[in-house]
Amino acid sequence: MVTDARTGEQLALRRSLGINPVPLIGLALVVLLIVWLAINLEKTPNQFLQAFLIGVTNGSVFGLIALGYTLVYGILELINFAHGDVFMLGGMIAITLIGSDVFGLHPGQAAYVLWPKIIAVLVITMVGCGLINATVERIAYRPLRGAPRLVPLITAIAASFILQNIALASKGANYVTLNSGLSGAADFLPQGNIFTFGGGGRYTWASLIVLMITAPVLFALLWLVQRTKQGKAMRATAQDREAAAMMGINVNRTISFTFLIAGSLAGAAGTIYALYFTSVRYDQGFQLGLIAFTAAVLGGIGNLPGAVLGALLIGLIQTFNNTLTWHAPGSDWTQSIVFGVLILILVFRPEGLLGERTPEGG
Amino acid sequence: MSEPLYPGARLRDTLRDSWRIWRHRWAILGAFGLTEERFHAWPLPAQRAFIAACVGAVLLVIVGPFSGVDLSALITFAIFVALYVPSWKRLGRAGRWVIPGAFLALAATFPYYTDTMFTIPVLGAFPDTHTGVVMLIFVMMGVGLNVVVGYAGLLDLGYVAFYAIGAYTAATLASTQFAGQNAQGGPTLSFIFGGIDVDKSLGGIHISVWLLLVVAGLFTAVLGMIIGLPTLRLRGDYLAIVTLGFGEILPQVARKGDNLFNTGVNVTNGPQGVTSMDAIGFGSTLHKYLGLPENFESAANSDRLFFWTAILLVLFTIFCSLRLRDSRLGRAWIAIREDETAAAAMGVPLMRTKTLAYAIGAFFGGVAGAYFAEVTTGANPDSFSFNFSVFVLVMVILGGMGNVWGVLVGAAFLAYLDQAGLANTGAWLNNHLGIAIDVPKYEFGIYGVILLLVMLFRPHGLIPEARHRLEFEQGVADEPLYDATTT
Repeated sequence: MVTDARTGEQLALRRSLGINPVPLIGLALVVLLIVWLAINLEKTPNQFLQAFLIGVTNGSVFGLIALGYTLVYGILELINFAHGDVFMLGGMIAITLIGSDVFGLHPGQAAYVLWPKIIAVLVITMVGCGLINATVERIAYRPLRGAPRLVPLITAIAASFILQNIALASKGANYVTLNSGLSGAADFLPQGNIFTFGGGGRYTWASLIVLMITAPVLFALLWLVQRTKQGKAMRATAQDREAAAMMGINVNRTISFTFLIAGSLAGAAGTIYALYFTSVRYDQGFQLGLIAFTAAVLGGIGNLPGAVLGALLIGLIQTFNNTLTWHAPGSDWTQSIVFGVLILILVFRPEGLLGERTPEGG
Repeated sequence: MSEPLYPGARLRDTLRDSWRIWRHRWAILGAFGLTEERFHAWPLPAQRAFIAACVGAVLLVIVGPFSGVDLSALITFAIFVALYVPSWKRLGRAGRWVIPGAFLALAATFPYYTDTMFTIPVLGAFPDTHTGVVMLIFVMMGVGLNVVVGYAGLLDLGYVAFYAIGAYTAATLASTQFAGQNAQGGPTLSFIFGGIDVDKSLGGIHISVWLLLVVAGLFTAVLGMIIGLPTLRLRGDYLAIVTLGFGEILPQVARKGDNLFNTGVNVTNGPQGVTSMDAIGFGSTLHKYLGLPENFESAANSDRLFFWTAILLVLFTIFCSLRLRDSRLGRAWIAIREDETAAAAMGVPLMRTKTLAYAIGAFFGGVAGAYFAEVTTGANPDSFSFNFSVFVLVMVILGGMGNVWGVLVGAAFLAYLDQAGLANTGAWLNNHLGIAIDVPKYEFGIYGVILLLVMLFRPHGLIPEARHRLEFEQGVADEPLYDATTT
């Protein structure tokens, strides 16, 4: 509601100053952030570059998860809390597959043996996670289509807890690491440097591969949503479910399809996460899911390129905060800063960077 | 026959139908000469006596083989019959107070008889007094969250933040936390205002815990307002996610607050938390002249004193909650919950009403947190997680959003499960099925299943608020012209 968003004090302030104070405060915060970054770049350029590269890599993993949030929110206006846990299950599935005898994967194998197998793992994980997500939708969300909006939100939390406990029951409470079933290091991704720079800084092939997987996925998704018939059905369902049904679109199937796609993105993210960070724990999905959700809100929820942009920004904010030295709060506060960003975004620009203004966003 | 609109109703009805004995109860009873018409022609107490007798018979069959029938079970059943069968409410003004009075008396004397009570089937022994204290604190939190979620319809996923603020406010202001250290190793700050049995040489702030319960509540309410003001203009799920964010930030502040912004200022004592909080009590003067207990912690009947204090706090919470619900403010909350736009159009000031709901919910969360800190003699950052917020939310939803009595039952039951019931159930299952599953490990998975099942099959909770039940059974206003979603 545009009308009730303006509180009394705000109106009074605006009348007396002749300006709206909210965008000004937001602008001041952004300027402060940029000044802080610039001073850090000037003081420690190598650290800054390293942080930037790590941030982009982390951000592209978040981006794959954030795309799933944004897809589901776009079509159902539901925060799928279970999405982060689907991602976590994806990581678990990938680690289990890689460690299993069926694939016989070893880090030392030649590229033409290794890569087809890794891609097979990726595809199986994507399909598995897609099915998990679609099942969650079928059980926990579809029966509640007509219910008040908070009800599916609560079942989403329930689904998240259930998925977490499934992982806890099958994999235990400790980190599941990639090399647990293998001898030697778990460096499946090539660790060689693409380039190095001063202060021990380097950019590895592994980081580039992570980025190289995210970009085509985003373009494939954009193509799917904007160019195909199924994508048209998705957009129609997102706009008006009843009208879409009258036009002959099978609404339930379209929603299931959306969850399938979102889940397979989470599966892809899980596989990449497992390969790059080499360990997953049952409760990590929820935290990373919240970070990815923040990214989706930052970019403008419902907007696909926005989700990736937001995720890159969140990844950068995290690593800048963790590694920069000049007046950085440090890794103790990373989580608080991410949620602080979420709250600030919702206060100052609820529609996100690339999104459109919605009634819910104030 | 109109089909109920709320989800899962069809499956629920199928389940109910498949319970053949219930479906054919009148046919079976009719065979013995008791038809439905005849039964309803009986006087009301007789009808109830018959139902009570049936309940008794069923319980005898179920409970008997598990734990045997002892005197306490029979007395419990007798009390149930005495309260249920006569029409107390028809006995005028005094009669209306019989049932609440009896419940209150039973609750207040709980520490005296709990040791001699029968064993509950599967769930295990009756809760002891200390478990009772924890249950009451959770009841208080549940009723407080109910103001936000149940009355005003604002989903708060960060209730733990208020609880943490309350706990830390009380714990830091009644301990040696702010003692500081001078060159001789002695305290630099020593302020005592009603603290009981304080070692003056250690320094620190020692304010009376009674006062701190109020102070913590008020401070939390103010912080709740400050948190609420920028976020309450968002609606629905956005608000939920922002409260979740605050619920994640505050515990981190608590955990890292021993060196705020690298300035060396220690507010929360970091991961160790604040320990050795002062005792609660009435002090030596009141003890001498009025005979009130001097110090609850060192008293011989320590658990009971904590229990009765908790009962008083819960009574206060429930009283406020009920009176608020029936006030002008409460009606405004319900109006906002039902339809925000319509409420605004009718002149309900949205921001003020929502902020007050938030502040009042925060107040009770803060008081509960402060008292919990007192019971556990300190505040520890590890106990403040998202799971905690969800735990309290499950209490509200399971009991019945908006209904204080439902929330009371839901909170007491879940707190009991958390404290002892789940472990007992696990032991029972493992014993009887010959398996070895660590049931308490999956506590939150179990709550997830409860949450899912309640939402699918009984979205208005076990003891629903009348208005909510109607809403779910007859559907909310917006009926589509063409129901596309059920095809």
